[in-house]
Amino acid sequence: MLEVRDLKVSYGPVQAVRGVSLHVRAGEVVALLGANGAGKTTTLMAIAGLRRVTSGTITFEGSAITGTPPEDIVRAGVGVAPEGRRIFASLTVAENLQLAAAIVPPDAAVERRQALLERFPILGERYHQRAGLLSGGEQQMLAIARALLPGPKLLMVDEPSLGLAPQMVDSVFDLLAKLKADGTTILLVEQNVPRALEVADHGVVLASGQVALAGPVADLAGSESVRAAYLAA
Amino acid sequence: MDTLVQQTVNALSLGGIYALLALGLAIVFSIVRLINFAHGEIMTVGGYGVFVALATGTPVLAAMAVGVGVAIVAAVLMERVAFRAMRGASVVTLLITSFAVSELLKVLFQNGISARPKPISLPQTITGTIQVGEITISTMSVISITVTLLSLLALTIVLRRTTMGVAMRAAAEDFDMLRLLGVRANTVVMTAFAASGLLAGVAAVIWTAQRGSVDPLMGFFPVLKAFISTVLGGLGSLPGAVLGGFVVGAIEVFSQAFLPTALAPYRDAVVLTAVIAILLVRPEGLIPAAQTDRS
Repeated sequence: MLEVRDLKVSYGPVQAVRGVSLHVRAGEVVALLGANGAGKTTTLMAIAGLRRVTSGTITFEGSAITGTPPEDIVRAGVGVAPEGRRIFASLTVAENLQLAAAIVPPDAAVERRQALLERFPILGERYHQRAGLLSGGEQQMLAIARALLPGPKLLMVDEPSLGLAPQMVDSVFDLLAKLKADGTTILLVEQNVPRALEVADHGVVLASGQVALAGPVADLAGSESVRAAYLAA
Repeated sequence: MDTLVQQTVNALSLGGIYALLALGLAIVFSIVRLINFAHGEIMTVGGYGVFVALATGTPVLAAMAVGVGVAIVAAVLMERVAFRAMRGASVVTLLITSFAVSELLKVLFQNGISARPKPISLPQTITGTIQVGEITISTMSVISITVTLLSLLALTIVLRRTTMGVAMRAAAEDFDMLRLLGVRANTVVMTAFAASGLLAGVAAVIWTAQRGSVDPLMGFFPVLKAFISTVLGGLGSLPGAVLGGFVVGAIEVFSQAFLPTALAPYRDAVVLTAVIAILLVRPEGLIPAAQTDRS
């Protein structure tokens, strides 16, 4: 479904991503792991079209999306719940979802929103409150619901458990497990390595902008470089 | 008493024009971080639109609609031709680009139309006065206050109720995230410019109707005051821009009306001193913008 080949991304003179290749198959959950500054978020933002790619190719569903504007990548079926959640704090929960529904035909949008409110009852309770007033965990739910609303083929989630209370971390991973059970394809960036490996099928470990290790989670669980990434995070 | 009422009407009328212009500047600034120095020229285009329409025998109301229409077109074209290529550039780069656009247009008006003011004559029904008991109020002030309030109300409804309005508020907070939801950046920016053009066009129609003439530099002073209003209100804050516009208008009108004659030449200095005094107490402006800057 998603194929990244030899991706390079620079910020000015600094090369943040130096030749990363990875692929995500339909129905699979892939965890992108690594220490802070390893290039995980940059890789994700490059796939989403928000970071300019220096070289390499990104293919989504068989068509090249390298250099495509983020609007078109999202419309092609990539949902993004980015690092830091980035919900619109001054807008209500309803308005946050309204914007996410803007690219879906109106009747389908109503249906999708209804389904999501059943999955995230808390968002229904807080529907007309300003999103900035939600707790961290609730904001993460909103960020994921927003990414899911148009019915993406691929969901990219960046550090969903960061800064959350342990209980909320549990419900975030429960949610990811349920989404996986529903057949959602997910590319997950996560600093909580053991939890990420529980939910993922494949893992890709980045170090200094390069792939240090990749493979099925069963092979990764005991590996030295995973532990290194784990400790560094 | 009646002087006070009359001056209050004048203050609302002038403040309303500043508020319309300041709001247009604030909408664009909040989304693309552009301080559009060429906003005054959008207003001037609107004024010439009214002039040309009237000169070719268009009825007054239709001519005013033409003025607003060409201002919208001018604002949208300005974005497409000059500012789109500069999207994401630093605030200073954008500001200097807008200086260039402003100067180009001014020279174009001076050489292409005329450096002298072009008279605009409006029917008596608009330029006359209304008598309310002891108090005489100019019809134009009443029209201008009404139109200003209606425009502000309409824009508020659009920003609150429509998806494009919600998107514009979201863009002010985090433009990249909005794009990650698939909402097209170009559409949002174009709409923001169209809204600022609409507001400048309404201001231009009121301004030219009050002045009775159009000239190449007509947009400069009102937009300068509108800049001051946006800073006073809180740069990037929409309610702040509107409030700032009314405050600047009020300070200007009341200082002119009630200051001793000897101080009259220093009117603008008085206005600016008052603004500085307010900013010393509230450096973020009257209603600070609530945005998270991610760049």
